[in-house]
Amino acid sequence: MSDTTSAPSRISDAFWRQPTILLLLLVTPPLLWLGIVYLGSLFALLAQSFFSIDEFTGLVRYEFTLKTYAELLRASNFDILIRTIVMASAVTIASAIIAFPIAYYAARYARGRWKAVFYLGIMLPLWSSYLVKVYSWKLILAKEGILNWFFETLYLSWILEAYLAIPVVGGNSLSVSWTGTFLVFVYVWLPFMILPVQAALERVPPSMLEASGDLGASSGQTLRHVILPLALPGIIAGSIFTFSLTMGDYIIPQIVGTSARMIGQAVYQFQGTAGNIPLAAAFAVVPIFVMGIYLTLAKRAGAFDAL
Amino acid sequence: MHSKATLGLKVAAMCGLLFLHLPILLIFVYAFTTEDKSYQWPPPGLTLQWFGVTWNRPDVWEALGLSLRVAAISTVIAMVLGTLCAAAVARFRFFGRETISLLVILPIALPGIITGISLRSAFNIADIPFSFWTIVLGHATFCIVVVYNNAVARFRRTSSSLVEASMDLGATYFQTLRFVIMPNIATALLAGGMLAFALSFDEVIVTTFTAGQQQTLPIWMLEELVRPRQRPVTNVVALLVVLVTFVPILAAYYLTRGTETVAGQGK
Repeated sequence: MSDTTSAPSRISDAFWRQPTILLLLLVTPPLLWLGIVYLGSLFALLAQSFFSIDEFTGLVRYEFTLKTYAELLRASNFDILIRTIVMASAVTIASAIIAFPIAYYAARYARGRWKAVFYLGIMLPLWSSYLVKVYSWKLILAKEGILNWFFETLYLSWILEAYLAIPVVGGNSLSVSWTGTFLVFVYVWLPFMILPVQAALERVPPSMLEASGDLGASSGQTLRHVILPLALPGIIAGSIFTFSLTMGDYIIPQIVGTSARMIGQAVYQFQGTAGNIPLAAAFAVVPIFVMGIYLTLAKRAGAFDAL
Repeated sequence: MHSKATLGLKVAAMCGLLFLHLPILLIFVYAFTTEDKSYQWPPPGLTLQWFGVTWNRPDVWEALGLSLRVAAISTVIAMVLGTLCAAAVARFRFFGRETISLLVILPIALPGIITGISLRSAFNIADIPFSFWTIVLGHATFCIVVVYNNAVARFRRTSSSLVEASMDLGATYFQTLRFVIMPNIATALLAGGMLAFALSFDEVIVTTFTAGQQQTLPIWMLEELVRPRQRPVTNVVALLVVLVTFVPILAAYYLTRGTETVAGQGK
């Protein structure tokens, strides 16, 4: 190499001969950030879950124990886990049912201007402020709000009252019932389900549906035996979001719902007012664990190709 | 063959879209209501008065200012780190490549409360006091993924032969970066940045764990949701937040329209 070559070109030559240097330069900053800030914190949390709280002093005892995990199995805590997982499953199933026609229409029939309408129609709610969305449901479900007004104007209040009288899902009013919590969850996470299902459906070649019809299948049979199996990876991909987001949320059940807690609220309270960080950490491990299993199963079902 | 959608499908799809939009539209109406004690529907009257009241509220301005500053700095950090990561994953085959793409997605795949409580316990252990920067630390971490997603999609579409051609013609890496790579990925980066900004501007779950006394706009709103004190002001702020987040989303959409992957498909 002659002495006249400039520094930039010498560095370029080095990169060309040793691409590893360039790769390291690219990878190191994000890896350091995620490794230290994120993984570091995550391990700090995991470590805490193996400590326990001293019942007399209320201070954290820093020695290895599984006592805190055993506490998760106590009836009151175990209820929280079950309740959360049931809610997350219900929200996921409902989102899939509501999302499918939207995704199917957007993927198969919407063209040109309508394609854009559907696209933005899903995107804007997805990106709208989470709190504003929750707030709008507080307005809707309020006693003096639009939903009660709607039922009253149509002289159908008795339906609402009959529904609220049902134990578990009912309550004093919709805004303090499980149904309310459920509705808000479905509303807030629905776009996360629509997008992957739509992506999966867009990849189904139309010729396949024609073939199914030519071979004598009714449209119902085509839906059942061709479209649904092909949409399944998309549904699973979407369910990862709806399930995980419901499981970790502590704001929605706090604002709309009963006084019974979900995992997120338990984590929030134990680390805050109760000062029991080990138990909060153990609670937080549950969603990580459940999502770990979920992701492994989803991967096996090929859901990641649909993301 | 391009068969027609059945009526049932059409109705179901339209109802679904309405379900997604009516609640947000409701916010627009409530911002103008004259009722200030309850959420009465239909509004007894309409007024513009609450916009003036909100304008004169220093706490709203402070929260807005903090949110904008946090979002701006987190976006810059996320854009740098996300682009670097995307370049590495798209251009190289190396050991641990899959792990890196998983690591980037993890902060958003796991529930926010886990990221939040992890960071909080790490700050406690390391004796880091809560400040503006602890909020930024959290936000930048989960914003990396949106920049990464957009950048990686664009990198995959830009053929690597362009880079090779540039170098064959005698350009250095820096010239190639400046004149070939940057123009190619600029709109994807901008779109990713806007989405990261919108994500940070709106984030509340992680922020409640990483903020001390400071109030970002979402935290201000959360307080109002839990203990409503000034409903009319909250209504106006909600309306403004919706409008403010629509701008970057629409901009990101128009920036990447017509390309294979349009920005914003993952949050």
